[in-house]
Amino acid sequence: MIEIPEDLRYTDEHEWIRVEGDIVIIGITDYAQDALGEIVYIELPSEGDEIAKGNSFGGVESTKSVSDLYAPVSGEVVEINEALLDSPETINEDPYGGGWMIKVSIHHSDEIGKLMTNKEYAEFIEREVES
Amino acid sequence: MRHTALYPVHKQLGARLVEFADWEMPIQYSGVKNEHMAVRTSAGLFDVSHMGEIEIKGREAGSFCQWLTTNDINRLHNYEAQYTLILNQSGGVIDDVIIYRFSEENFLLCVNAINTVKVYDWMESIEKDFEADVQNRSFEFSQLALQGPDSERILDEIIEVDFSNLRRFRFLLTRWREIDLVIARTGYTGEDGFEIFIPWESAPELWSAILNHKNQNDILPCGLGSRDTLRIEMGYPLYGHEIDEDINPIEAGLSRYVKIEKGDFIGKSSILNVYESGPKRKLYGFEMIDRGIPRQGYPVLKGDIMLSSVTSGTLSPSLDKSIGMALLNSEMEIGDEINIEIRGTNRTAKIISVPFYMKNPHKREMKI
Repeated sequence: MIEIPEDLRYTDEHEWIRVEGDIVIIGITDYAQDALGEIVYIELPSEGDEIAKGNSFGGVESTKSVSDLYAPVSGEVVEINEALLDSPETINEDPYGGGWMIKVSIHHSDEIGKLMTNKEYAEFIEREVES
Repeated sequence: MRHTALYPVHKQLGARLVEFADWEMPIQYSGVKNEHMAVRTSAGLFDVSHMGEIEIKGREAGSFCQWLTTNDINRLHNYEAQYTLILNQSGGVIDDVIIYRFSEENFLLCVNAINTVKVYDWMESIEKDFEADVQNRSFEFSQLALQGPDSERILDEIIEVDFSNLRRFRFLLTRWREIDLVIARTGYTGEDGFEIFIPWESAPELWSAILNHKNQNDILPCGLGSRDTLRIEMGYPLYGHEIDEDINPIEAGLSRYVKIEKGDFIGKSSILNVYESGPKRKLYGFEMIDRGIPRQGYPVLKGDIMLSSVTSGTLSPSLDKSIGMALLNSEMEIGDEINIEIRGTNRTAKIISVPFYMKNPHKREMKI
């Protein structure tokens, strides 16, 4: 069963964001980690880097694929989850918790409202599975 | 897409399936890393029924094989096998294969799935010059690979044969539950193990007998994912990566399988030319110093100068480091630094010796 928490927002590239004041936390969804399989490697930006909505901010590699990570919002990276660099499998084990990737100080808070709600995301992946 | 006789079994085991050379094959069951480590430490079972089998029969079957391939067929006795190459006229590799000698007039070629039709057509075009008959028997044989240090003990339990006398690259014929088997002590993992040819429809019976043998904690079903990481750690070439029709065996580091002195064979004059002028490039192994996993096709550079591209690369489960191979200018030396372009940036790597993984380095050192 794919988990899609209610309190998060989602992108069609299967990232999630959690809003905490001016900061958003970004990771990939349960659906994404399941589709990728065993994640063996992750690349993240550095603190202080600027990321732009829709552009790649890093990558994850599983034993069977290489995938880009796309920024759901624009902003400045204020923290990265360094623990993932040594144990990327945490993304598989706990995608919405210990598997978080970066914290970003956002430039345009209106970008958040444009992302999918959990219901919209559930419908989105259902369509994706069917197609 | 085509399916092996074990396809329903793979689905039942929850394998992730991918397309490979027009076959839908399991890439993993429980996970590539687990499966990889099972083969290194105990045992793993692979369905490799997609591989092709081509039979050569007739009075001149031996001389046909001698002309077709680069290794010396005259070194083979009955029930022995050898790794060898089929070249085109310009010395490029049409396929790398294993030849099994059943008798003076009966040989079997095990070929790569992706090349089965190409090799068969090539052989048919040569057939007329010999008193030999070539048959594609790929649809009659399934093939299982049982690999890992516990393979012999497991197989002994199931099939009432003493395998301790079956040496590497030898094979035997036996019957198990009224089923004819050809069991060869060969593999593609760097571990001890067996490759078993079995009539197509009987594969599921032997598969489950092996997986459900009495101590089943020591074996895992393994997919093409771990087959690839295992062979990369050993530096074994894979067709379409380290070898193809534009790469000759000298460049690919396979010259020990090309026996110039044996007489004439297809591609020989081109190989002699390569020896005369010296190979322009050679296959090298490298490990990443910077972070990143090299993958096939990633650019290899020295500073700003483009050298070539990665032929294979992976995160090695046994060594826990990123390793890869590439064809480079033959003047490279162990320890030289190169760059791999990963995700748009140049990462440093260094040339190291292959195989990347050695079972028992101490033992090896003693011998030198």
